[in-house]
Amino acid sequence: MNDMVLNSVLVAAVVIAGVYTVMTSRLLHSAIGLAIASAILAIVIFKLNSPLAAVFELSVCAGLISAIFISTISLTGRVTPEELSIRDKERFSRFGILPVLIILVLVALTITRGYIPITLNLPAPPVENNVQVILWGSRFLDLFGQIVVLLAGAFGVVTFFREK
Amino acid sequence: MLWVYGVGIVLLFAAGLYCLLATYNLVRAVIGIELMIKAVTLFIILAGFVTGRTGLAQAFAITLIVIEVVIMVVAMGVIINVYKHTNTLDVRNIRNMKG
Repeated sequence: MNDMVLNSVLVAAVVIAGVYTVMTSRLLHSAIGLAIASAILAIVIFKLNSPLAAVFELSVCAGLISAIFISTISLTGRVTPEELSIRDKERFSRFGILPVLIILVLVALTITRGYIPITLNLPAPPVENNVQVILWGSRFLDLFGQIVVLLAGAFGVVTFFREK
Repeated sequence: MLWVYGVGIVLLFAAGLYCLLATYNLVRAVIGIELMIKAVTLFIILAGFVTGRTGLAQAFAITLIVIEVVIMVVAMGVIINVYKHTNTLDVRNIRNMKG
């Protein structure tokens, strides 16, 4: 029971951090909210028996991507307080509906909970469940694809910042 | 317990999608995409947990995270270049681009 409460609190914290990321007017606060959401999500993933994916989520998503976001924000200038106050008013009209929308979706899901037939046709138990064996064995082509995507991204960024 | 995770995934995806649709800022649009990817990552891990194939789910999640990083890096490169050329991050000001 305690574990269920803890899991529910963690999932709720991820959603709250995500909504804060969307709602806040400062981009820097958005990036920090996203990092917090990633860090809490890493705990959730760890509790779902996926420690390697949790480590990736924490180090890459909460660390590297946050650093990239903050670097980009610092490279793209700053807003004046006047611009910020105008933006705040404009943002409220566009994003003020989001918490209401989230609550409505939550209520709708709660009401229809008993009416949605969820039947899980679970497959046979896995032969191999070790992520290292799967990643280097049956999903080796994925690794090749990852390397290609990484190289494509690196060449893309080099092309963007090439001096004429 | 599955229901709690399911609701969390739906709400996180909805927040990201709303951010992507409602914003005019390029960086914030990428943040919306990032939130949606997080929801999908949690969904993959949850599917692995339910079916007992956590190893396979982790392999997929790691692939997803690698692709996510590349998307972010390239998107940020594009955004910085757009800012250098137009001095703005507002998509309304870059609608008259060629191509």
